[in-house]
Amino acid sequence: MDFRLKALTKSIWVFHVSAGSCNNCDIEILDCLTPRFDVERFGIQLVGSVRHADALLVTGAMNRKSIPRLKQIYEQAPKPCVVVACGICAISQNMFRGSYSMGDPLDKIIPVDVYIPGCPPKPEAIISGIVKLVAKIRGK
Amino acid sequence: MMYIFKALVAYLVFPGFLFAACAGLLAGWVDRKLTARLQWRAGPPWHQNFTDIVKLLGKETIVPQQAGLTFLAAPYAGLAASALSAAILGRALVAPLESFAGDLIVALYFLVVPAIAVIIGASASRNPLASVGASREMKLVMAYELPFILTIITVIIKCKGVLAVGQIVNHQINFGSTIASWSGALAFAAALLCMQAKLGLAPFDIAEAEQEIMAGTMIEYSGLPLAVFKLTKALLLYTMPLLLIVLFMGRDVSALWVVLKYLVLLVAILLIKNTNPRLRIDQALRFFWGPVTVIAALSVILALGGW
Repeated sequence: MDFRLKALTKSIWVFHVSAGSCNNCDIEILDCLTPRFDVERFGIQLVGSVRHADALLVTGAMNRKSIPRLKQIYEQAPKPCVVVACGICAISQNMFRGSYSMGDPLDKIIPVDVYIPGCPPKPEAIISGIVKLVAKIRGK
Repeated sequence: MMYIFKALVAYLVFPGFLFAACAGLLAGWVDRKLTARLQWRAGPPWHQNFTDIVKLLGKETIVPQQAGLTFLAAPYAGLAASALSAAILGRALVAPLESFAGDLIVALYFLVVPAIAVIIGASASRNPLASVGASREMKLVMAYELPFILTIITVIIKCKGVLAVGQIVNHQINFGSTIASWSGALAFAAALLCMQAKLGLAPFDIAEAEQEIMAGTMIEYSGLPLAVFKLTKALLLYTMPLLLIVLFMGRDVSALWVVLKYLVLLVAILLIKNTNPRLRIDQALRFFWGPVTVIAALSVILALGGW
């Protein structure tokens, strides 16, 4: 396989997109960076600008206000860029489905590579999702 | 013909671009590992920064509308200039008698070019946050250059007015390090703080503030140009401590001692980085034009008095 793609799996820079989340998933994502889990061991970093991103980590239930922004951010990210749906809201809108302010779920808007269920997902679950993501990029 | 070949090897391989880039990327790993250990984390493996660069080569390069050539050319200007200053300083340590008069001034000018490249590239990217970053970088350059030049004047006075890097090293080999005198110690303290700002490390990472202005000057860069900027940063992380070793601690320039001195300087700036929160740009300006310039001016006066 391409060595540059292999390098991508060893240095995933994550841009965190909050599309109307309740802040719970976001805290669990920050937990992954703390001493107990420390995903920087695998070269994973949170970056400030979407132009540096290799992965979009989307949390939240996709309300109507955030959908156009989410599309814009996805178009701004340099390819190859993967999308991770983090938390049950990002996957299926959970209990907010059918609410007046909700649009489509995430995978109807942009292509999603990995789903991490949970409300919120544990840091272990997020790391397990990353492992699946890496396996997917490497084509196994 | 032979001379040109030797100069090219010195610029591109050792002690110029290739060597300095590898050393700088390893120093960048020391930075990340030390930061992680200070935060009680494990930290990335040693090849992490190399992996990051390789990965960026495979990414799409996005150019903002109407940004064009300036946006793409600016990173290379910074890279070429920092590689050249690394080569000049490295040659001065390997062969002190070969350097030409005034190469200290050349090296100093080329060390400003990366900052100017960042300012030009960020301004060309047409992003409001990048222009905020560029204006901060500009003010920071104006803030630290004044005391930095004053500390170098101190070194020149201490070394009897020579302007060649090699002769400064040679003078220190014969008469002892600059840092071992009162004026030299004061100038070194000021120069260390200027180096911190020049490398863009906390508390002076104002132009690239990730949390406030989303990577500031780097915000629109992706793929190859971003990799070039990361390499430039790595080269500076190698070159700036080397400049301080050449100017202040040149008594023993055998390879082992240079590496040890480099590591001590690196750990010093990383400890400053990890124990200080980011300053505002006005605080940084006041800090450099106030206490740091006073210290640097005092060292010039002491050096003129012969201490």
